[in-house]
Amino acid sequence: MNPTSTLLTIAWTFGLMSLLAIGGANSTIPEMHRVAVEAQHWMSDSQFSDMFAIAQLSPGPNVLIVTLIGFHVAGVAGALVATFAMCGPSAMCAYFVSNLLRRSSHASWPAIFQAALVPISIGLMCASGFVLTLTSDRTWAAAAITITAAVLALVTRLNPIWMLIAGGLLGFAGVV
Amino acid sequence: MSSDSLPVASPTPDAQTSQQPGLFELFFAFAKMSLAGFGGVLVWARRAIVEQHRWMTPEEFNEAFALCHFLPGPNIVNLSVVFGGRFRGIPGSIAAFLGLVGPPVVIVTILAAVYARYGQIPALQRTLMGVSCAAIGLFLAVIGRMMVPLLKKRDPVTLILLVAVFIAIGVVRLPLVPVLLIAIPVSIFVTFLVRRRAVS
Repeated sequence: MNPTSTLLTIAWTFGLMSLLAIGGANSTIPEMHRVAVEAQHWMSDSQFSDMFAIAQLSPGPNVLIVTLIGFHVAGVAGALVATFAMCGPSAMCAYFVSNLLRRSSHASWPAIFQAALVPISIGLMCASGFVLTLTSDRTWAAAAITITAAVLALVTRLNPIWMLIAGGLLGFAGVV
Repeated sequence: MSSDSLPVASPTPDAQTSQQPGLFELFFAFAKMSLAGFGGVLVWARRAIVEQHRWMTPEEFNEAFALCHFLPGPNIVNLSVVFGGRFRGIPGSIAAFLGLVGPPVVIVTILAAVYARYGQIPALQRTLMGVSCAAIGLFLAVIGRMMVPLLKKRDPVTLILLVAVFIAIGVVRLPLVPVLLIAIPVSIFVTFLVRRRAVS
């Protein structure tokens, strides 16, 4: 594929995904994986999970996994196109809906819409968790790290960054 | 964090929040919270907007965030746009958006370049693998917390929809577009019927 058509593919893929990200960017992880690994063969399973890890380690919104995917496919231009495509359409939608609602704040449809999207958004998040677990937790040790981190996050108020660092150290030591 | 420093009784409803932020203020405030936000910017956004700058009351913030959560797209990006727009129109939205996304994009792009160059080194791969396992655990914990209120309600229709979406996307791996084109209308229709019945 020539560079321009690659950038167009990135723009179209993430621009559409932006408007489908119900409940947030993490809801679309299965779709990102489906497109990047299975449909377009941009990367392997393990590269995808590496990018998830780097996005979690970096400051800023988690949506920046798309910046990494974009860079991997088409360098700096790809990174910028992916980021703006993923943020732009939904941002414009948010801007206009917010203005609209300020004018007619007593309509009942936003509440119905909101309630209707809850099960879909959580269903998508569950699918994201499932797909990520399948791509990354290939060994019992890896699964043990995941479970430990999940339990610690649920029962303690430990800063998440420490768990990421601990996971990294265990990985470096060759446990995973 | 739980105790808000805002005065409980404000003199007038309209003067609760302090002065209007300018474009540069918006840019820098969002850049700051974004760079502070490892693993989620929301906590920092709340702290900066409500507690530090007092640009919004806690109620206004919750309302704005609820809106951004139900609209599609990255929630915190939506929040920056809605917030910036409320004070300064479209230029305000752009300033807040660029502050939130600009600096971390630079950092992530550098990390992506480093990864492209050194990603094949076994030690780095093992380390990232470990980070990713832990990150997934944190992600599962977030999902767990979100499930609790839903499970408590024991509403069968909601749970059936949730499981159907999970299976379609997570297990069968269908594309997102057709799944949502079916799931969203069905869910809206069912919610509408349930509410109507509850009223009558």
